[in-house]
This record gives sequence, C-alpha cells and structure tokens, in this order.
Amino acid sequence: MNLNNTLAALPLAFRKLDPRQMIHSPVMFTVLIGSIVCTAVSVQQLAIGSDSAVFSIIVTVWLWLTVLFGNLSEAIAEGRGKAQADSLRAARTSVMARRRTRALVPAGASGAGREGNAEYEEELVPGTDLEVGDIVICEAGDLIPSDGDVIEGLASVDESAITGESAPVIRESGGDRSSVTGGTMVLSDRIVIRITAASGKTFLDRMISLVEGATRQKTPNEIALNVLLASLTIVFVVAVMTLAPMANFASALPTPVVLVALLVCLIPTTIGALVPAIGIAGMDRLIQRNVLATSGRAVETAGDITTLLLDKTGTITYGNRRAVAFIAADGVNQQLLIETARLSSLADETPEGRSIVDLAEGPEKQAAQDATATLTPDVDVIEFSAVTRMSGLNLPVGHPANPGHSILEVRKGAASAVEHYAKERGGFLPQELENAVQTISGTGGTPLLVATYDGERAHVLGVVHLADVVKPGMKERFAELRAMGIKTIMITGDNKVTAAAIAAEAGVDDFVAEATPEDKLAVIKAEQEAGRLVAMTGDGTNDAPALAAADVGVAMNSGTSAAKEAANMVDLDSDPTKLIDIVGIGKQLLITRGSLTTFSVANDVAKYFAIVPALFAATFPGLGLLNIMGLASPESAILSAVIFNALVIVALVPLALRGVKYRAVSAAKALSRNLLIFGLGGVIAPFIGIKLIDLLVSLIPTIAQR
Amino acid sequence: MDLSIFSLATQLAVLIVVLAALHQPLGKYLANTFTSHKHLAVESGLYKLSGVDPQADQHWKVYLRSLLAFSIVSIVVLFLGQLLQGILPFNQGLGAVDPWVAMNTAVSFVTNTNWQTYVPETTLGFGIQMMLLAVQNFLSAAVGLAVVVALIRGFTRAQTSNLGNFWVDLTRGTLRVLLPLAVIGAVVLMITGVIQNWGGTSIHTLVTGAQQTVPGGPVASQEAIKLLGTNGGGYFNANSAHPFENPTAFSSLFQVFLILVIPFSLPAMYGRMVGDKRQGYTVLTVMVAFWLASTTLMAWAIAAFNGNGTSVGEGFEQRLGVAPSALFATATTLTSTGAVNVAHDSLPPLAGGLAMLNMMLGEIAPGGVGSGLYGMLILAVVAVFIGGLMVGRTPEFLGKKIGAPQMKLVALYILVTPTLVLLGTAITVAIPSLAAAAPAEGPHGFSEILYAFTSAANNNGSAFGGITSAGPGLATMLALAMLIGRFLPIALVLALAGSLAKQRKIPATTGTLATHGPLFAVLLGGISLILTALTYFPALALGPAAEGLLK
Repeated sequence: MNLNNTLAALPLAFRKLDPRQMIHSPVMFTVLIGSIVCTAVSVQQLAIGSDSAVFSIIVTVWLWLTVLFGNLSEAIAEGRGKAQADSLRAARTSVMARRRTRALVPAGASGAGREGNAEYEEELVPGTDLEVGDIVICEAGDLIPSDGDVIEGLASVDESAITGESAPVIRESGGDRSSVTGGTMVLSDRIVIRITAASGKTFLDRMISLVEGATRQKTPNEIALNVLLASLTIVFVVAVMTLAPMANFASALPTPVVLVALLVCLIPTTIGALVPAIGIAGMDRLIQRNVLATSGRAVETAGDITTLLLDKTGTITYGNRRAVAFIAADGVNQQLLIETARLSSLADETPEGRSIVDLAEGPEKQAAQDATATLTPDVDVIEFSAVTRMSGLNLPVGHPANPGHSILEVRKGAASAVEHYAKERGGFLPQELENAVQTISGTGGTPLLVATYDGERAHVLGVVHLADVVKPGMKERFAELRAMGIKTIMITGDNKVTAAAIAAEAGVDDFVAEATPEDKLAVIKAEQEAGRLVAMTGDGTNDAPALAAADVGVAMNSGTSAAKEAANMVDLDSDPTKLIDIVGIGKQLLITRGSLTTFSVANDVAKYFAIVPALFAATFPGLGLLNIMGLASPESAILSAVIFNALVIVALVPLALRGVKYRAVSAAKALSRNLLIFGLGGVIAPFIGIKLIDLLVSLIPTIAQR
Repeated sequence: MDLSIFSLATQLAVLIVVLAALHQPLGKYLANTFTSHKHLAVESGLYKLSGVDPQADQHWKVYLRSLLAFSIVSIVVLFLGQLLQGILPFNQGLGAVDPWVAMNTAVSFVTNTNWQTYVPETTLGFGIQMMLLAVQNFLSAAVGLAVVVALIRGFTRAQTSNLGNFWVDLTRGTLRVLLPLAVIGAVVLMITGVIQNWGGTSIHTLVTGAQQTVPGGPVASQEAIKLLGTNGGGYFNANSAHPFENPTAFSSLFQVFLILVIPFSLPAMYGRMVGDKRQGYTVLTVMVAFWLASTTLMAWAIAAFNGNGTSVGEGFEQRLGVAPSALFATATTLTSTGAVNVAHDSLPPLAGGLAMLNMMLGEIAPGGVGSGLYGMLILAVVAVFIGGLMVGRTPEFLGKKIGAPQMKLVALYILVTPTLVLLGTAITVAIPSLAAAAPAEGPHGFSEILYAFTSAANNNGSAFGGITSAGPGLATMLALAMLIGRFLPIALVLALAGSLAKQRKIPATTGTLATHGPLFAVLLGGISLILTALTYFPALALGPAAEGLLK
C-alpha cells in the first residue's frame, strides 16, 4: 500500500458507497445507515444553532471516514488485480483466425475414400466468432485465436503473455503437451488446433475476470464469518436501540449521534471492513506465485488440506537417475574404474550416461581435455539396446586408452547383462561386487557394472551407483507439513523397493509404488472416505479424473486441456512443488480472517470503558470511576473511540493485504501465538490508542470542556 | 458487612472436595444411562402404556416436535389444574388461581424457570404443589438433559439426522437420574430438619395468648428436586430463606451442593460420550473458573458494602451470616435455579449486579441441568470458529465442520437471550404503567425490571422481589420471555445437532485446533465473557453500577 495506489483506489472507494453494494456487508451497511442518520441530526443541530453541533459534525465526518476506509481497503485490493488484468487484456487483442471448413460434399456422395486425405477450404473469420469444435490453422507469427488442443503438427509457442516466462514451449498433437492458450503466439512451424473454448470463456478471459474480482463470490467460510458478524451487529443494534428508553428512564437520554457512535464502535467494523480485502488479497498472492484458482473456495480448501499426493518424479526427485558413486572391485585401482566408466559413457547421450561422465570428471572437469581426444573416429560406438542392455566403446589398437595389442571392449550396463557378458568371456563377478549390487538395489538405487575385455579375458572392474536424487530441502519441507498435520503420499511408477528407499530418504509419510492413474484415483477416494481433504498435481489427460476428484487439483499449465479443465487450479510455471506453497496461502488467508476477527471483538472491551462513562457520568457521577483511561471529557471520549475505530481499519489494511505471517507450526503453537498478539493485543491496543487520540482531540476547544 | 472469610473458604473447600469426588462417577452413570440399549421393566411398561416405540431413532425434527408437544401439553395441564384447584383434592381449601398468575406459573415451571409470581402459602395447596409443580420440576429438568444428550449425539454420530428417542431420554433422565438422586436428597434434607408432613397450616395459641401460624406440607420431597433439577420454585414464598425449607447452615450448604452436582457432572458425561475425557475436563475447567471467580467477587461485593451499618444486612440470613448467602446467590444465578436463601433485592448493588451478570453470561457456569452444558457447547462452537481460523483451518469441532449452516444456528442462538432481556426491559421502562410494577426509586427500580427479564429469558426464576409481576402486562411479557428463552434455543440446538450428525467425521491431525487443554479453555472463557456479558454493559451501567459506584 503506497500513496499512489491509495489515491488510485479513491474513486472506486467512493463508487462503492452505493447502498446496493454496501448491503453485502451487514456491518458496514449499518455504519452507512448510522452515518446518514448522524448527517441528518448534524444538519438539524446546525440549523437550530445547537451547542453540540460541532461535536456532532466531527463525529459524523469520522463515521463517513469509517465507511470510506472500509471501501478503500477493498478498492486497493481490487486495484492490485486490475493492473494485472490490464496487462493480460493487452494480450487479448482481436485476431483473425483461419478457420478450416470441409469442402461441401454433395448429398449421396458421402465422401468415401477422401476421409484420410481430405481437402479443406479455409476462411478468415474474426477470433470472436469461433465456436467450440472449430478447427483453425496457425503458422509461425500467428496469435492463437482461442484455447484449444493441437490435433496436427508441432510448434514452438511463446506463452509469455500469460506465464511471464520468455522461453518458448513446445506444443504438439497427442500426448500431454497438446493444449494451447488463446493470446499466445506461434513462433515456428504450423499447427492445426481444435477450439475448446468459445470467445469470452477462454482461459485468458477467466483469468482477467478472476484477478479483477468481477466474478468474486463469497466463499463458504466467508459466508459463515459474515453470519457471525451479522449476528454480533444485530446484538449491538438491539443493545443500543434499547439503551435509549433505558437511559430515558434514568433521565440521561443521549443524543442520537452519541448512540450511533456507540453502535459503530461496538459492532465489528474492523473485520467487517477488511473481509473483502483479505479474500481478494489471498487470491492475489496466489496469482503472484503464478497460480490461477478457479474460485476463492479452492484457495480456502487449500488451507484445509490434510493429505498431499505428490508425484515422485519432478516433485520429490529431479527425475533423472544420476551417478553418485563408483565402487571398485578388490585389487582394481579406483582411478582405473573411474576412467573406464567415463570411457564407456562418452558416447552415451542419456541423462544417466552424462551423469557418469560428470561424476568421473569431477566438478573441475580435469579430464575434459582427454575426453574429447579419446573419442576419435576410429572408435566403435556400441549403442544401448533393449536386448544387450549395455553400451560402451570398442577401442582400436593404438588408441591412447588401449595399452594392449587387440581391440579393447569397454562396457557398462545392467548388472545381469554385464555379468553374463563377462562370464561368456572368461571373467567372473567378484563376490564383493555382487554384494555391492545387492546393496544398491536394496536401497532403491540402480547398479551398473563396468567391464573390459581385452580379447583374452573379461574383467569386471566395479559398480557405478545410480540413484534418484531427492531435491535438497524436501525432507525439511515434509517435516514442516507433518508438523502442520498434513500427510504426504508419494506416487511413483517405481517398484516397491525403490519407492520405499526414496520415500525414506525424502521423509514422506506413505507411498504408492507401481502406481497407475487409476491408483491415484483410488488413493484419493480412500483418503476422502476417511474424511481427509486431498490435494494433488497432475498434467496428463489420464490424471483428469483424479484431479477432478481431489479437493484441490492443481494442473500444470504445460498439461492437457482435459487436465486443466478438471483441476481447480492451474500452475502457470508447471512446478509441482508449488502445491506446498498453495496450502500455505490457503492457511494464511484463514489465519488473517480469524486474527482480525479476534482483534476486532477484543477491541470492544476498551470502547465500553471509553463510551459508557461518557454517556452517563453526568447523571450518575459514580460511573465516572469506569473512566479508567482518564479521558478529558465525554465528548472527547466518544470522539476518540470513533476516531480510533476508523483509523484502526487503515492501520490494518497493509496486514490484510499482506496476510498475517504464516509459520509452519502445529495448531496449538499457532493459536497461542495469534491469541496473544490479536486477542490480548486487541484488548490492550485500544486503551492506548484511544488515550493517545484523546490527548490530541482534547486540544479542540469546544470538545475539551467538561 | 461482616464476612467470615474462613467460613466461606471452608464451605467452598467442602463443596469442591465433594463435587470433585462425585463428578466422574456421576458423569459415568449419566453417560451409561443415555447410551445403554436396555430398558428397565418399569420403563418398558410406560412405553407400552403410552404407545411409544422405544427403539425408534428420531430425526432431529421429530425429536424437537416430541419435545414441544410434550411441553405444550404440560403447560395446558398445569394451567387448567390451577384454574380447577377448587375441585381438585388436597387443595387445603384454596380455590381457583387467578388466570394470569396461573398462565405465568404454568409457563414458568415447564420452562424450568420457576419464577414465582404467586405466593404459595395463600395460592396453592399441596395437591397442586405435589402433583403438578413437583412433577414439572422433574420433567423440565429431564427435558434439558435430553437436549444436551441429543446435541452430544450430534457430535458423535455420522451421516444420520437421527438424534435418539426423546421419550426414552426423558423417561431415563427422570427415572434413572433425577428420581433416585431426589429421594436421597430429600432424606438428607429431612435429617437436617426440613419438614415433610401431610398437615396443613395449623394455628397455635401461645402461652402469651398470641396466635402463631405454623405452616406444614411435603416440603423436603419438593425441595430436593427444586435444587437438583435447577428449578428453584420454593414450597414457601420465602424459598430457601424459610426455616422450614432450609433450617441450618449445613442444609444451606447441602442445598448449594444439590444445585451444582448434576451440572458439574455433565462435562464428565460429555467427555465420556464423545470418547475423550479431556474435552469434558476443559469445559469443566471453564465452568469452575467462572464459578470461583464469581463467588469471590460476590463475597467481596457483599463484604465491601456498609450501607446500613449492620454487620449482617437486611434480607440476609441473620443466624448464619453472609458467607452462605454469597455462596448460595452465586450458585443459584450461575445455574438456572433461582432458589434463594437471601433476598436478592437486598443484596448490595454491585452484588445484585453480579447476580445479573451471572445469568447474563448465559448460565453456563455450570448452568442449568442440561441447558448449562448445551449453552457452553454453543459458545465452544463460536470459540472453535474463531480459533480454527486463527490456526489456518476452516473450523471443525470434534471432527465436524463448522460452516455457514452451523454458524447461522449458533448466531441465532446467541441473539435470542440478549434480545429478549433488552427488549423486554426497554418496553417495560418505556411504558409507565408497566414500570410502576417496580416501586423502587431510580437505578434500583430499573434494576428490578432488568433483573426480572434477565431471570425470565435465562429461565432462572430468582427475582429482585420488590417487583410485582402478577398483572396481565408483566405476567404475559415475562411468560413470553420464558417461553422463547427456553424453546427457541432448544430448537436451534437440536437443529445444530441434526446438521452435525449429518456430516461424516473428519479425523484430527496436528493441524486441527485442539478443543481441550488450557489454551482452548482461555479462548472459550474469553469468548463467553465478551460475546455474552459485555452486551449488557450499558444496561448494567444504568442499574447496579449507577447505584453501586459512588464517587
């Protein structure tokens, strides 16, 4: 919140004074009615030249400010979204689309035989005229007119307009990368697209209306909170309305302005004013992390998640098996093993192969120069095949790495394959290596054997340990989640042994090995049956049922439209680990709501002590004892309470927008902390605030006199 | 006034020890009573006679309809019985009761309020007292028990709208809980000297020649359930300040014990029924904290007052001192009892204000039989809602989500009583002819009216006795306050129970707000104080505070 966006939000804040909008917040609507009543009373007092006119006018002004501050908080929150919407809208320029129309086939000649190689006509139509199911063609330089699936071809697409990511992405027919988004640009090649969203209902349109808050509906929890706030408001309306005859009975009837002031101070204006801003800001925080939610309800649900379903690959691990160690056989020089392993992988372009070379060369790439020298044209490259399950090189005589007099074969591969290879050539698998292979397999790693054959005998030199590497910091994050009461389940296609090892290393609570997409759905159903709320990520079409069944389903933007359609959130960065952040944002939203409600309600204690003695101390001097803050005069006391009430809204706007700081701790810790800050703080703060304001207000001559 | 701190502390200590020893066994007995599947022979006979199917599991709406139908019939029977007293047996020569008084009394006893707009000695014979009023003392308390049991079932059941069987709960509450305890209580009271006879009022001529009127009647039997069922309607007009109703210091302490024993045992029942004793202990802690704090404040307010210069003030039990009165006045207003052993109208202003504040708290510490615990659980729902948000979860209580439908019911619940109290008081003070029923001058007159509506809407039944509520205007308004104050909250509680029972159970995790332990107790206490009592701050300022705070 800075001065600029505050000023920018002012006009909107005034527009929101429309009673038809105000009625959605019962608390602030009550303040609006009160302000109108006070305005009328002030005008009347001014007309008859009453002594209390000055006081009434000042109170009235502050009541109007209270309403305005409430609207302002909402307007500022909306304003932040507006800026993003504008930049999105720029991408939504109207484009002409090349729509494919089938050549008219005369009735009776049902086009048999032409189906496979149909001839098409094209027509140029405005993008806004496209309907679902239309087929359009886009070539390099074209803006894609609307959301759709690629049905033919492959192209690189610039999606920076929605993701902010400048690197182009590949979109191709079939598979999990077939969806394209309207407003993005084809950079190369030609694709044929089937349109999946009509004009005005595209992803971009939905995004714009979401960030603008145009389609904002109250979430279930917001409704529940508003019910509570409405009931508190009614209780205080009753309390203040009945106070009039009661005070009259005691011949101490306060003016309507004072009664309204009391009412406004008592009803939960602080939280009532900030509820919309908190909701919008929560959505905004999600958008800032490049996640789009289809509804505010999904954000709220994210805070309630008790089970996270995480794909192993890409989320928990890097996904590629990497070499992590070389284990030499007894009597074999470690350096020889390393060099041989490197040689065997020089021509291997798979990630595993490259990781062996990387590990062999070390971080400083000492052996890099030699490496290029050894891959001379006379070297035979033995490619990996599913039959041999080995790869390597045949080094000719005279090659720098071949000291012998016959061709030197260098191989690395699956343990059983290499063992077989060695035994056929007079070699054997030493016991210690066999043990190492067992150990590595047992911990979920993949053992590769390295062997050489110099024409006489094969030697198994050692083992390369390949492992699926868990991303750094995952264990800590899962521990945090556990502290928050969230159970993590890892889903992987690996076998049970591998899965168990990775699960133990990453510290997840449970895992499903050899999982199919159906298994995901089954896990979700089982968890939900047990009353838990499940979140998951997915990108493939076969993930769609599970995404739809999950309470929070986050689709990767790179995924298919089916996945995006089924999910209730889309991650534009396609980063599965973000699920953890999303849960945090959901929790933060609820915490902010709860904390400010507590603060608002706790404030009432001090306000009673400010206003009640001010109302009746003239009639019953003993009630002056309740003026424990020692406020200067009844007028200054009431005014100070009203001013404090208005200013506290402004003071808390930044907190509402930013959200109460969220820590991954247990519920008990979170509660004791927030109860201390917002509960106890809420009781104490107004005593100090009102006293300070009173010191200033009592400087106004007509207010200070007793 | 002279307050013996030693006397107060001793009596408090005795109460605490006895209640601490009894609340778990009694709570266990209560839980077994309401969860058992077996019917006693006498119960089965009753069900057969009345055509009730004891196996029928009632939807919350059916449960509520049964409860309302039962209560309406009870009111009609009580009303007609009083009108027909002249032709009914054991009327001791007393005739028909004034219809306004009869109406108010009928409503009062069925709603567990037991506001006494009549003077028993001159209005009701022991036929009506025993056969109608005492019976309602049992039944209205059993209704309260049934409601809280149904609410607890709402928490423990899943995916059903059925809450059990009202007729079975009512019968068990009466026959298995209240009746045996009342028999024991009555015997102990007789031993302390409370009278129990069939003799009517007899007039003796003393040696001095003066005539003395000695009242008689079946007092002990009615007295026991008056207190056990947190009813409060005394056999005599002076209630527990009458020497035949409450003869000694021990009987006075025993009566306070009878008031508190069931309400303080209900949390233990609750804990057992929800399968987590800690839940019960937490609620109990909040109740005990309020009770101890209020008793201490009451004692202070009485001790600090030296208005009329006497060591024991007017309206107090002169023989026993003020300590038993401080204890009794607190217990009777923190529960929905309303029996008195001191004239509350004569309490020092701040002590009288405290008695009102006790009721305004919603009578939750420990509250009436059943009503105290369900009132406390409603506040716990609010605490869970706010606390749940503060830990970042949409709120859940004992595995049930607290969403908009639940909050609507809870929000209405917390609206009912303050609205009744404040509107009733405001209307009365605005109409001079009604306000004239409270003869006292200035703030005290206002307090009398405020006290009357606070007592009626909270179903307490005690009064600042200066007020006359026999006239049609006040009798009707107070009867309405009692009716709405009793049955609207009950309807909301049962609807809430139904909506909770419908949900499936969500397992608790470390991310769930724990509804046990000191932290939640603090939250619950704070919410109770701010949401209920503070609403009345301005009204209290104009009454007791204006009278009691002097510069």
